Amino acid sequence: MTSAEPGSPAWTDAYLVAALFAIDPTGLGGVVVRGPPGPARDGWTSMARSLLAPDAPVRRIPANIGDDRLLGGLDLAASLAARKPIVQRGVLAESDGGVVILPMAERIDAATAAKICAALDQGEVALERDGLASRQSARFGVIAFDEGLGADEQPPAALLDRVAFHLDLAAFGCREPLSQGPGPREVEQARCCVDQVAPAETPIIEALCAISQRLGVESARPALLALRAARAHAALQGRREIIAEDAAAAARLVLGPRASTCPDETQESAEPRAVDEAVPPADTELESRSEQPEEAKAQDGTEMVIAAIQAALPDDLISRMAMDRQVRAPAARAVGAGDRSTSASRGRPVGSRSGPLRAGARLNLIDTLRAALPWQALRDRGSAERRIEVRASDFRIRRYVQRRNSTTIFVVDASGSTAFQRLAEAKGAVELLLAKAYVTRSHVALISFRGACAETLLPPTRSLARAKARLADLPGGGGTPMAAGMDSALTLALAERARGRSPLMVLLTDGRANIGRDGAPSRASAESDAVASARQIQEAGIAAVFVDTSPRPAPDADRFARAMGATYAPLPYLDAAAVLEVVGEQRALGR
Amino acid sequence: MPVTYPFSAIVGQAEMKLALLLAATDPAIGGVMIFGDRGTGKSTAVRALAALLPPISVAKGCAYHCDPVSEAGGCTGNCGAVRCANAGAAWISTPVVDLPLGATEDRVVGALDLELALTRGEKRFEPGLLARAHRGFLYIDEVNLLEDHLVDLLLDVAASGENVVEREGLSVRHPARFVLVGSGNPEEGELRPQLLDRFGLSVEVATPSLLADRVDVMRRRDAFDRNPAAFVADWAAADTEIRDQIVAARASLATVQVTDGAMEAISRLCMTIGADGLRGELTILRASRAFAALNGDGSVSESHIREIAPMALRHRLRRNPLDQSGSGARIDRAIVELFDA
Repeated sequence: MTSAEPGSPAWTDAYLVAALFAIDPTGLGGVVVRGPPGPARDGWTSMARSLLAPDAPVRRIPANIGDDRLLGGLDLAASLAARKPIVQRGVLAESDGGVVILPMAERIDAATAAKICAALDQGEVALERDGLASRQSARFGVIAFDEGLGADEQPPAALLDRVAFHLDLAAFGCREPLSQGPGPREVEQARCCVDQVAPAETPIIEALCAISQRLGVESARPALLALRAARAHAALQGRREIIAEDAAAAARLVLGPRASTCPDETQESAEPRAVDEAVPPADTELESRSEQPEEAKAQDGTEMVIAAIQAALPDDLISRMAMDRQVRAPAARAVGAGDRSTSASRGRPVGSRSGPLRAGARLNLIDTLRAALPWQALRDRGSAERRIEVRASDFRIRRYVQRRNSTTIFVVDASGSTAFQRLAEAKGAVELLLAKAYVTRSHVALISFRGACAETLLPPTRSLARAKARLADLPGGGGTPMAAGMDSALTLALAERARGRSPLMVLLTDGRANIGRDGAPSRASAESDAVASARQIQEAGIAAVFVDTSPRPAPDADRFARAMGATYAPLPYLDAAAVLEVVGEQRALGR
Repeated sequence: MPVTYPFSAIVGQAEMKLALLLAATDPAIGGVMIFGDRGTGKSTAVRALAALLPPISVAKGCAYHCDPVSEAGGCTGNCGAVRCANAGAAWISTPVVDLPLGATEDRVVGALDLELALTRGEKRFEPGLLARAHRGFLYIDEVNLLEDHLVDLLLDVAASGENVVEREGLSVRHPARFVLVGSGNPEEGELRPQLLDRFGLSVEVATPSLLADRVDVMRRRDAFDRNPAAFVADWAAADTEIRDQIVAARASLATVQVTDGAMEAISRLCMTIGADGLRGELTILRASRAFAALNGDGSVSESHIREIAPMALRHRLRRNPLDQSGSGARIDRAIVELFDA
């Protein structure tokens, strides 16, 4: 990891991002700042805050925020005091005209992100809660901190799509950034005149679209955000029109970090992802329309802007892409997007109970009022005005149940002893189970072990198409490192449990362990290691099914199954439907 | 209400626009589900439709938008102070109600009027979003993120056309017939098959792959963002044209002929494909009829059926969830076999 010193081009861009965002926070959506907390991030944030309009509100949204605070709701105390419903504004409405800060954006759940995105799209919050209906203006920009480490920890894709800048501070040294670059006064001036910047000329728009397409940016939003960034950049430079230099800066900052293909390789291989029909390459299309001289001029202009943008794109785009490709694959996001069922504060309401109002408890107002009403005559001791007295004993707290999501972890033995005829059948069984998982909407994960080690082919996901593709590619052959397979599965199962899902392990093997935990081929140590791993699974209390795929039921396999505390299913003639039945039973018991 | 982007200014996405127009022409088609990637204009199209639809006549003062002609007296009488029967008529724009994420059940179905309960201890029903959507559209963005119990409730009401509230000591039933429009991104979680089947039509949208289209999207969106009012004014004539088309189609819907041959073709198509239930056939029938009416044609022809079948059947096939080649190919094949053989 190279460390970027203050004053290097990377820092200059970081300053520029802060300035552009401060000029038009609402229009640009926001900034996702990737990197660990530390002086670099703190320095950048305080600098960005100092550039915002002086009266702009800044609010933090914790990842576990409830709907009542996010969107607003009934202000109970005020309502009871005033004896009429009083709306409490949520954080989004409070940030109108300013900025919301999302710490730990990679932990935010999809539902919360969708609400924030809806407000970003509409510029207002539509409140339909607690018997209240109102619309409140909520025009804000987002600064989201992304502390995720791996591919499965990223802010929700819907949010990433709507913010203009993806800033990576991870490579930045721990040194406190020196304040340089545009100052608050310049930004303030630009903020005032950004609306007066003339509409972009056709070549600018065409160039941004073309570059966006060449970089493999699928969504239509980033190109629009780039145009807005170009406008803010023009305003910052004191111009009233957008020139190629503005477009180049915008493309570098907005489109560059989203690149999934390299512009050069795209040019040569025509359209990378031309969908169904054969789409002509961008260049020939422009040429085909160049009969009129006007068009020709526009085309020249476009090419000039494209050239300027390409020159401005970072040189290491390709190497960075190779590193990030896995991270930016959209489907990787499916992981961790699932619901977390940590608290009983959401889910399907099942009535209410009396109890104290603690943090996290949600009052069922109607039931509370109903509980209070019969006592009114008794409590109303001669007071002249009609009012409802609610006492603590009337409080009714909502109860929720949330179905725990489950994750089925398939551990497939792809070793040589299984490979030839059994592997295909095991794949068939897993496919059937996947179809079943589709109906119950559970997550699936896939681990295979062969040769010397185990490999997680598919982290937990709901995307069954990906699971199938991975399964089809699974090669066979080599030794049987059973302990390694069990260990990987256990690690994954525990991680899933920590996420609030109930794991179920389905192990498909013939039980012929012959590679020990250290990778050495020894039958004896392999077996004792496998038994030890199996015991750990039992101790952890992970539900498991052991599907014996050997031609004849093997005593060894039974031993492993017992050590695991697993349901043993000997399937000499491996039949996918039978596996399904066994796992189905196990699941029914587990629920 | 912020100014909405004009319907006619949406670039491409012909199938999505057609599905919405069909649903607006004949609500009996039963809802539209829109699948698509981020940034493809799903929400924009639905919100634009709201601005486009012709106004409807309602009984004055009725919270449920009762039709003064056909429903007079049929209203539950819970409408408030005025009885619908002799209330007289008023014109309102077709309701297109946005169900925001985070809406609570009491606001969706309706609940005790809080203000009255708090100030005077009086018990009165306050209609919810379902009442507001009666005779209009109910739009749910990101259906797959809506809590399950709300989805079940919506499906039940959409199917029965009536909202029955039995809660908080209230017992109310009121008509709630609306066209359910959902949108979602399959990447963020699949939808239950039961839910999918309730939607009449399903369309898939993708980002335009032509550079010229992308440039148009950007240019128009930028013009709209800079000056919404002027942009809407520029497109007003085109929007009016579409509105007139819907009005004319609604009027001629009843007279569009469906020959025995066309009926047979529809049934045979559904049998070939193996669609579950009869909902597919009925949907094709209604949607083809609406399509013919929109085109100003007097009867349903083969070309109408060919155009409609994919969006009416795509989500109904008993599919192998792991088969990514998609149901579209199967439908196309069946159509070719049936009509071109």
